[in-house]
Amino acid sequence: MSAQAQTVEVDKVDDAMDREVHIKPYTMNFGPQHPAAHGVLRLVLEMDGEVVERADPHIGLLHRGTEKLIEYKTYMQALPYFDRLDYVSPMNQEHAFALAVEKLLGLEVPERAQYIRVLFCELTRILNHVLNITTFALDVGAITPALWGFEEREKGMEFYDRVCGARLHANYVRPGGVAMDLPAGLLEDMSAWVDHFPSVLNDLDSLLTENRIFKQRTVDIGVVSQAQALDWGFTGPNIRASGLAWDLRKSQPYDVYDRMEFDVPVGTTGDCYARYLVRMEEMRQSLRIMRQCIKDMPQGIVKTNDYKVCPPPRAEMKNSMEALIHHFKLFTEGVHVPAGETYTAVEAPKGEFGVYLVSDGTNRPYRCHIRAPGFAHLQGLDFMSKGHMLADVVANIGSLDIVFGEIDR
Amino acid sequence: MTEESNLLNDELVPETHHLQEAGEALHEKFRDVMPSFEIVCGELILNVTRSGLLAVLGYLRDDDGCRFAQLIDICGVDYPDRDERFEVVYQLLSLKHNARIRVKVSTDENTPVPSVGALFSTAPWFEREAWDMYGIMFDGLVDHRRILTDYGFDGHPLRKDFPLTGHVELRYDEEQRRVVYGPVSLPQDFRVFDNMSPWEAVTDVQLPGDEKVGENPHMPKVGWKPVGGE
Repeated sequence: MSAQAQTVEVDKVDDAMDREVHIKPYTMNFGPQHPAAHGVLRLVLEMDGEVVERADPHIGLLHRGTEKLIEYKTYMQALPYFDRLDYVSPMNQEHAFALAVEKLLGLEVPERAQYIRVLFCELTRILNHVLNITTFALDVGAITPALWGFEEREKGMEFYDRVCGARLHANYVRPGGVAMDLPAGLLEDMSAWVDHFPSVLNDLDSLLTENRIFKQRTVDIGVVSQAQALDWGFTGPNIRASGLAWDLRKSQPYDVYDRMEFDVPVGTTGDCYARYLVRMEEMRQSLRIMRQCIKDMPQGIVKTNDYKVCPPPRAEMKNSMEALIHHFKLFTEGVHVPAGETYTAVEAPKGEFGVYLVSDGTNRPYRCHIRAPGFAHLQGLDFMSKGHMLADVVANIGSLDIVFGEIDR
Repeated sequence: MTEESNLLNDELVPETHHLQEAGEALHEKFRDVMPSFEIVCGELILNVTRSGLLAVLGYLRDDDGCRFAQLIDICGVDYPDRDERFEVVYQLLSLKHNARIRVKVSTDENTPVPSVGALFSTAPWFEREAWDMYGIMFDGLVDHRRILTDYGFDGHPLRKDFPLTGHVELRYDEEQRRVVYGPVSLPQDFRVFDNMSPWEAVTDVQLPGDEKVGENPHMPKVGWKPVGGE
């Protein structure tokens, strides 16, 4: 990287003061192995003293060619790749893919499955925000939130474990419903956790919200105006922190979000502190949604009974030839999705996560482009960091909620 | 099954009249640069020529009836059979009207597409990705570097003619004491199982016992067709 050397005007060269003021800008390498880079971010910073003049993120160190791999898999085999994008919020991304496939198939999902999906998407949102807020606090100097928050996160991931057998890579949401029904007693335990979790939020609140050091590090840092947020493609908590009340769960509701009562928290200042506050309040709203889901959870099947799309129950396969054939066909050939294309987006914890799916009528996607919210957010880091100190870049990265699995794909 | 789901599809898709009207109005306005528009799965798609792209996107962003202020996504799609093999797809979102629209442009390996970086600040990275993955060139893109692949990578991996395994792989070289690139070596040949239709494939096989099935007018004509008797 050749830093643009500032030229000193010839007639002022004699001026000793001037010579002191013009420091030659230099280039600094940040990452890719840096704990505050939240993954494998290589940041090339052009610095004027300690002030950042330009931040150039070099990404792609975690690029695995997910989109290419998906083109070689059936629709069911493609699903687990979505866990591995933003590995902090797996189910929301599975949800996006499932909704896209369902849209192409023209498929209706049983009500209970919709409630389960919404319930777990909101659980995921809380887990995501706990991780983000606590590591963000860690970046700006507070260690305790991470210790406390991760203990609670573990409890939340136990619910993941119980419902699908995995703490992280769930592979639970399927086109047409969810993989299996909730185990007995899970709803009661989740209900108890939902009642207990506000006290954890209050603890985090008391550690951070009025913390003098935390506020000094975040208030007025990385301010994003409404116009900038729109222009740079910001979504999710980051656009809401800038004062735009935009939430896909409200404006373009999917599954049973239209039946849920919740508020959309909106920030006023658009700085790192506002993004933190929005996430804190979002967790409280997610708890509200979870409570409603648990209360209203209907009985019934959890995946569509169209056996061309979802496998029949194991018991039926013991007696019915048809069921056995369907099962065999599904797990060898897979579902034939009618030709067409759709862009389907969900409100993932980090912002708008979209899937642009092109089907050519065969059993495999022709093209599956993944629109990751972090990709657009990280691009905004340059304008957010300009004129800030080096340490504020770390605060900006933390407040944007960057995870490289989804950015590099 | 396909027919059924298509029927279902139409019922599930929300009102598309307003999309039809919007598409017709835009088609009327940009007749010379917009060859066609279509509505797929309740989503409006505008097919635009390369020369008209900036005008259409600028209008969609600034007109009061549109206000598509957010460029959500740009991506490439590869159709090797077409004359112009690449499609560049722009997803726009209007917060004001709570609407989405998709704009498509087609191009080939040698013809650049105008960059929309001047209209939307978020465009450059998405355009860099399309360049990196497909080799689509963008006219006016200031920073035309690769973005996702490694420094010095050769080829455009999402093209349909690029092999899934790639051409090179990384390994640790004991002598040089560093990680080096080498040609891909697979323990067994790369195989693709498409598993398409093992059922319907037996249509021309005469199964024992089924010799007279063609003679019975009440037998269903699905599944397989008997071969002419000799």
